[in-house]
Amino acid sequence: MGVATLDADDRVRHALVADLDGGFAVLYEAYQRLVFSTALRLCGRWADAEDLTAEAFLRSYRALAAYEPARIRSLQPRAWLVTILLNVWRNSRRTAARRTQSVQLEAAPDPADPREDVEHAVQLSETGRELAGMLRQLPEQQRIAVVLRHVADLPITEIASVLRSPEGTVKSHISRGLQRLRELQAAAEGGAHKPARGTAGPANSRGGA
Amino acid sequence: MTDNDLLTTELAAMATDAPAELLDRVAARWVRVPGPLGDLYVASTDLGISFVRTDTAVQDEDAAFAASFRKRFARPLLPATRPPAGLGPALRTGRAGALRFDLRGSTEFEQAVLRTALAIPKGQVRPYSWIARQIGRPRAVRAVGSALARNPVPVLIPCHRVTRSDGTIGDYVFGSEMKESLLRAERVNLEEVRALARAGFHYVGSDTTGIVCFPTCPHGRRITAAHRHGFRSIEAAEAAGYRPCQYCRPVREHTDTDREVADAVPE
Repeated sequence: MGVATLDADDRVRHALVADLDGGFAVLYEAYQRLVFSTALRLCGRWADAEDLTAEAFLRSYRALAAYEPARIRSLQPRAWLVTILLNVWRNSRRTAARRTQSVQLEAAPDPADPREDVEHAVQLSETGRELAGMLRQLPEQQRIAVVLRHVADLPITEIASVLRSPEGTVKSHISRGLQRLRELQAAAEGGAHKPARGTAGPANSRGGA
Repeated sequence: MTDNDLLTTELAAMATDAPAELLDRVAARWVRVPGPLGDLYVASTDLGISFVRTDTAVQDEDAAFAASFRKRFARPLLPATRPPAGLGPALRTGRAGALRFDLRGSTEFEQAVLRTALAIPKGQVRPYSWIARQIGRPRAVRAVGSALARNPVPVLIPCHRVTRSDGTIGDYVFGSEMKESLLRAERVNLEEVRALARAGFHYVGSDTTGIVCFPTCPHGRRITAAHRHGFRSIEAAEAAGYRPCQYCRPVREHTDTDREVADAVPE
């Protein structure tokens, strides 16, 4: 996996240096899944994820148009794209908050994931939907770290550079996030149809040590 | 706690490809197609046609077209597999009214100007002031000229059919020579338009029908010399008992207080 993605990064960098537009097509092809999956699991809504992904790629093109070849050659394309995506996402939330000041949007269940119904296996889809709801209950840092590590498959070093945190901090966000998800899953299984709610006290999600 | 447990497998399974059509919200597509004079480079987005250049305007080079597109729109440009829907028929007939255009890069004023220009039929010309009046901004004649000069989709939105009321053809994105060639290819009688304008006439009327037209309107062009009269303004024609043609729709110039009567058009 590591070697394969390194090759992909290299291929993208070469293509971008050779020709910005042709290279953009290679960049998009290589990382659309990474960016879209991350966007979808961060914002939780299909249509918003499309908007965020389109905007992030457009911004990346505009940035690349101004970069010198040397800068493109030293680019870490995945971490760079995810950083752009996170900025777009934070900006969109600020704008949305100013417009609607509604907290319910964020907490609402995920209605808009049409492809999960048609394309994914039924059992996967159900797990996915439940899990998507639980992901949204994680504190933001944990959610971002878990999504980048386990949905987007980004290595710890790149997540650390995206979040501008030490690797140790990233690892602890991830492990606390996973721990919390396990608790939420256990609670959901135990509590039948009750909406999934953390059984853990505040100390568990915020973490002291 | 291992990384290979059920939870992380479930998380990995949440990765999803973006919808296939999402790339078209980011990147525009381009094609090169035969136009009325030489080939045209045409770029379009998911909303419609957004940019047109003649082959001569980009020195016959794909890269030069891409560069001018990038400079103006800052958006990736990829090759299209086929021309946008309706482009072929629009180019054959010179009627582009049914095409979809992406005019996001233009201001509201510019868009109003362009939509009005789009309605000018092939083989006819209208003055800049006519557009200004049509969009309810009769004083903004100069701004109409600037808006047309920034037309991102020339040839298709026929800004070449907007000319000066003094009978000269005026400026054009691709130079006034190209404008003249396009108008001649549409069989506009530029000499006649010029001769009328020199004589001070911007409209022609028929004394048998009592209808007054723009000189390039097919109804105006049908009038035989014996029955044809030139007018300075629609007010003057109306004062002489004429009514404006419902096809080419000339409109009053509110600022014009001229009460001139009809004169016979010089041969």
